[in-house]
Amino acid sequence: MTFEGENFGALESASGELVFSTGMMGYPENLTDPSYKGQILILTYPLVGNYGIPDKKLWESDKIMVSGLIVSDYIDTPYHFQSKKTLGRWLIEENIPGLIIKDTRLLTQIIREKGTILGKISNGEDIDPPAGPLRSEASEAGFYDPNKENLVEQVSTKIINKLITNNRARNILLIDCGAKKNIQRALIKKGVNVITVPWNFDTTSAQLNEKISGVIVSNGPGNPKYVKETIENIQKLFRLNMPILGICLGHQLLSLAAGGDTKKLKYGHRSQNQPCIMERSKRCFITTQNHGFEVSKIPSGFKAWFTNANDGSNEGIVHKNKSLMSVQFHPEATPGPEDTEWIFDFFLEKI
Amino acid sequence: MKIKKVLVLGSGALKIGEAGEFDYSGSQAIKALKEEGIKTVLVNPNIATIQTSENLADKIYFLPINSFFVEKVIKKEKPDGIFLSFGGQTALNCGLDLYRKGVLKKYKVEILGSPISAIELSEDRKKFAKHLKKINVSTPPSLAARNIKEAINHAEKLGYPVMVRSGFALGGQGSGIANNQTELKEILEKAFSFAKQVLIEKYLHHHKEVEYEVVRDSFDNAVAVCNMENMDPLGIHTGESIVIAPSQTLTNHEYHKLRSISIKIARSIGIIGECNVQFALNPNPKDGELEYYVIELNARLSRSSALASKATGYPLAYVAAKLALGKNLTELKNKITDATQFCFEPALDYVTVKIPRWDIEKFKNAEEKIGSSMKSVGEVMGIGRTFEEAYQKAIRMLDLDFEGAVNDEIFKKSSIKDVELFLINPTPKRIFAISEGLYRNMKIEKIYKLTGIDPWFLYRIKNIIDHEILLRMKLRKDKNSLDKQAVLKLKQLGISDKRIGALVGKRGLEIREIRNNLGIKPFVHQIDTLAGEFPAKTNYLYMTYNSSHNDLTSSGNDSVIVLGSGPYRIGSSVEFDWTSVTAINTLKKHSKKSIVINCNPETVSTDYDISDRLYFEELTFERIADIYEYENPFGIIVSVGGQTPNNRARALEKKGFKILGTSPRNIDRAEDRSKFSSLLDSFSISQPDWNKFTQISDALNFSKKVGFPVLVRPSFVLSGSNMRIIYSREELASFLKKILSISRDYPITISRFITDAKEIEIDAVAEKGIIKTFAISEHIENAGVHSGDASIIFPPQKIYIETLKQLRKIAEILAKELSITGPFNIQCLAKDNDVSVIEINLRASRTFPFISKVTGVNFIEEAVDAFFGKSGEEKNIDIMKFNFVAAKVAQFSFARLTGADPVLDVEMTSTGEVACFGDQTEEAFLKAEISVGGRIPKKGIFISLGGDENKIKFLETIKRLKMLKIPIFATEKTSIFLNRNGIKSKKLFKIHEEKNPNVLEYFQKGLIDLAINITDNNLKKDINDDYFIRRTAVDHNIPLFTNVKKAELFIKAITEVNLNELPVKSWDEYGARDVNRGVGD
Repeated sequence: MTFEGENFGALESASGELVFSTGMMGYPENLTDPSYKGQILILTYPLVGNYGIPDKKLWESDKIMVSGLIVSDYIDTPYHFQSKKTLGRWLIEENIPGLIIKDTRLLTQIIREKGTILGKISNGEDIDPPAGPLRSEASEAGFYDPNKENLVEQVSTKIINKLITNNRARNILLIDCGAKKNIQRALIKKGVNVITVPWNFDTTSAQLNEKISGVIVSNGPGNPKYVKETIENIQKLFRLNMPILGICLGHQLLSLAAGGDTKKLKYGHRSQNQPCIMERSKRCFITTQNHGFEVSKIPSGFKAWFTNANDGSNEGIVHKNKSLMSVQFHPEATPGPEDTEWIFDFFLEKI
Repeated sequence: MKIKKVLVLGSGALKIGEAGEFDYSGSQAIKALKEEGIKTVLVNPNIATIQTSENLADKIYFLPINSFFVEKVIKKEKPDGIFLSFGGQTALNCGLDLYRKGVLKKYKVEILGSPISAIELSEDRKKFAKHLKKINVSTPPSLAARNIKEAINHAEKLGYPVMVRSGFALGGQGSGIANNQTELKEILEKAFSFAKQVLIEKYLHHHKEVEYEVVRDSFDNAVAVCNMENMDPLGIHTGESIVIAPSQTLTNHEYHKLRSISIKIARSIGIIGECNVQFALNPNPKDGELEYYVIELNARLSRSSALASKATGYPLAYVAAKLALGKNLTELKNKITDATQFCFEPALDYVTVKIPRWDIEKFKNAEEKIGSSMKSVGEVMGIGRTFEEAYQKAIRMLDLDFEGAVNDEIFKKSSIKDVELFLINPTPKRIFAISEGLYRNMKIEKIYKLTGIDPWFLYRIKNIIDHEILLRMKLRKDKNSLDKQAVLKLKQLGISDKRIGALVGKRGLEIREIRNNLGIKPFVHQIDTLAGEFPAKTNYLYMTYNSSHNDLTSSGNDSVIVLGSGPYRIGSSVEFDWTSVTAINTLKKHSKKSIVINCNPETVSTDYDISDRLYFEELTFERIADIYEYENPFGIIVSVGGQTPNNRARALEKKGFKILGTSPRNIDRAEDRSKFSSLLDSFSISQPDWNKFTQISDALNFSKKVGFPVLVRPSFVLSGSNMRIIYSREELASFLKKILSISRDYPITISRFITDAKEIEIDAVAEKGIIKTFAISEHIENAGVHSGDASIIFPPQKIYIETLKQLRKIAEILAKELSITGPFNIQCLAKDNDVSVIEINLRASRTFPFISKVTGVNFIEEAVDAFFGKSGEEKNIDIMKFNFVAAKVAQFSFARLTGADPVLDVEMTSTGEVACFGDQTEEAFLKAEISVGGRIPKKGIFISLGGDENKIKFLETIKRLKMLKIPIFATEKTSIFLNRNGIKSKKLFKIHEEKNPNVLEYFQKGLIDLAINITDNNLKKDINDDYFIRRTAVDHNIPLFTNVKKAELFIKAITEVNLNELPVKSWDEYGARDVNRGVGD
């Protein structure tokens, strides 16, 4: 199946997993979310580019993470006091193609019905840049499948980064599997210090001067089962009785480390309106999500914490008596609702 | 306690600021209650609504919504719960009153939904601001004032300009922006006649206005269902603004911070159900941090929530009702997807644009400027996948013959300075001033500076204009530039066939053909609340060119299209939604699926559970044809949505579509004045003499021959020059001179005006020319008052039997001659048994819901049966059998329209209606008048009667006023006349005389609570002092009567009827439905 469209980004080809997000706000946050590594993102909200691109410090990572972007109506005339450049300009700078195809809804419906599929944005050869039509086509050959490799090591930090704002405050270790920056920002706001380490950092062997009070395993891209080292390191942390909070991929990694299992969802959850019911309560929270895998088996010793009200998938687990917990959604929001920011407080209270 | 019976308060008549949206919310609330097996009692005198139809509420009371009457209903019905938040400000105010008077406590009625504390807090601006401060939420710097002096002091403290807001008022009434003390005083005088307290607020220049609809259940689950952004900056009431959902110019940070704050507020005041929160957002904050202010919270369903429901597909009122009963959001299944639940926030994959519909030019002297208080009478919502598509759809939906963002006529002769003035001063024309400015190369930044409209929107509009210009340029080079790529692009920007035609010198139909040949057609999309994430079973649809697939297949031959009414406006409102919905319901009986086309977010016909398919679309020929061609239905109904659908009949038939009911050829014979006139002549049915004129001298001669007064109707193209009665040759001559454009193209119609004639309505249904049901109702006012403004009585009380017989005969002849199948209405005059016909409409009329509900015979059901040839025997309505009287009266919204002359005239000016039942006319009429704001005077009555004839006519009635034992005031001549005839009255000077005691002073001091101003139209005056009296009365919220007959009946009613002793009877207790039961069935 092919869709013809117009390119408003870099004149590059791209290949990856085609996913759609139904969030209506926050394209700069979406595009810089490392969890999108290896994916071509379709935004179902048709108008994209409205308020331009803000300064780097407001992004979720230092660069665009998606392999390609597909929208229905690109807006090249943004207006906002924070806007530094247009979305198209940004894509070109970062060498990412951006495709306008009118019927993003049809593409979404195909993914919904068939499950996540691989896709490719390819340049038409006979047309002059920059306004020529591009083609995204899906034949069997030559497609890149991001689910077959460890994407985490591609997006994780290579260095240890210590953000000590207060010497007397507790230190939280953030295992960066592709962490969105707002996790760090949210924690700093709570008055703790954040030490960000690479995905394969082993706390038990490596040297850190600071005493660690708790560990957060971040979000990140791809299949959790490829992230073996992190899983092993989490198991080591279990033995130290270290309090852990897993977020998104971190939730899946924690589950796997504790003996649970994960599987791929048909087409994932990528939106800002996922309702999650808190078990043993009457409460339901609107959450922001970006994941393709789910925890399919809750590990022993844990109980379900949150469950998706739409499809019944697991959205969080909590240990029956230890300070181990994880959520599939993003308490740090950005983009999306901030209603579960209290998860951080809850975790910090437990450590 | 288990709730078994709930009292639902409606919102009464449609008025500016409180319109059809509350029929939608009330209807959904009643359905939500019924599903739970709870009995419902509804108080709402608005007889044209769907909520007051059979099969919804268990008991319906057509009574005024005030604590006096509602207490009586409570006493009788003993409900254990009450819903206050589904009937707008009217219901909320009534509920607060009932609570404060201890009525709810006395009868143990529980307030369901948001607690009274939340309502009180949100309604008291001072307390609300204090509360927000406590929870660290910013509000605009403001100070509350209880009198003018205090307010002026505050304004000086805050610095001008300031915004005045009044508490407990609907639709921003009594609010305004003041640039100086004089302006402030003017606003305050009006504001304090409606409210005890006002808020003087720092005016936030050119801030964005953003709104959130929040839903919260009793378990503290809360979601923000929808956010909306006003295209117009702060300072223009949200009801007057172009509104976009979702917001377009907000970043994630701004969107979600404001979202969080709106939920925080809802939580802090304990909302259960629904509320909306309005924000001002600084587009250029000094320190780059989010700078916002909370402007307002409505602790009830509102106009915005109706819009949000239609914009997202999330039925807010239904959900709010369930939550008020203590349900958890997660328990409620999403009826749109049928797969998920209601604890979520809809994701849209389209954009919606709401544009208000104004009819300001219909009001003599009314100010065109729009601002912080509402003047619009309706609204439309365009849906598209580009802003341009949605925006231009909405402009066409207004049904004002605008083809889109650009209008070549309005500013054709204007200088650039004039265009700038229209950019600076907001009016309904501003959107066209924008496109005009852009066409003339005005810079975006400049338009932004003048209008405060965010450049984002201006760039979108510019995109439309750029493409228009591009097309013109290409066309100059190459005549055949309408290739597929070019046409598709134009259609994706929402440009109509007609507009493309205008740009390239072709007709719309030719473009349609070119387009079809190129294979360019719009696609059908579902609104599924989840942007395609889940498969949805929804029937809610729109069309877009920004697609390449249809979400569903066509319905085919077992479906019927019903054209809805479009935007509410003067002359067409909720009554045509009732007729549409009733027709839709009746189609089921004939095993047809219903397909509705309508574009008005305030309606019930656009609700998710009404039709089999709902196209939220334009009622333009182009779009109706698109849908017809796609759906390929059995046929189309054009006669139940008022005049708009009726106007499309001819073109649709020409296209080969099947019109159900009377043939368009015969519709034309009835609507074309000349054809209809000769038809009447051929059957010797009389009509007032009339003719068309293109020469002034001929017009004058004709008028002289038939005698003054005459009714003068300029051609419709001359907007702003309304139909009017002219009383003398001089007046006619000067009027004709003013209408210089009188020419062969724009003839003027003059008819003889029969004075002191009764006006009569015939509502009927026929099948193949044979009458199947038939009812006559009479106007209280003599001919000369538009039938939409007139008070109407059924069964008729003062019509001769002989007249009745003649009326029946006329209806039979016309039905047969026009081979009518379906609904029709004839307006007649009767004087001394001489009947003449004014006009016939071969469609359902405004009076259909009234007549149907009062007679117990559903005229629309009969009409739909007739379409299918199954109406059977005639349903005979025997007016002798009715032992009650029903009175329908009009609701006026003059107070809203600064400057408008509040006088009853031949042009319709009312915005809504109510009807009440009674044992006699006086009772029914009094209850109806109270329902539209009438009061029994307690302080003083002011009378001004122009001319001797009026004085003498009125004398007997005035004598009755002595029974009220309150002072009577009058203008000089009236006072002399009254005193001479033994009625003690105090003389007041007229306003322009500027002497005391003055009318103005007495109005301002609140010493008068009934004003009667009857003018003698034969007198020509230099100073229109009557106008000033009327206007001042309305500005001070004093009930006003300007028509002799109506005033007489009102005085008779207030002196004869004792409200305390009135029986409280529900609709069914009057037995309307039983009168004709068994007849003809």
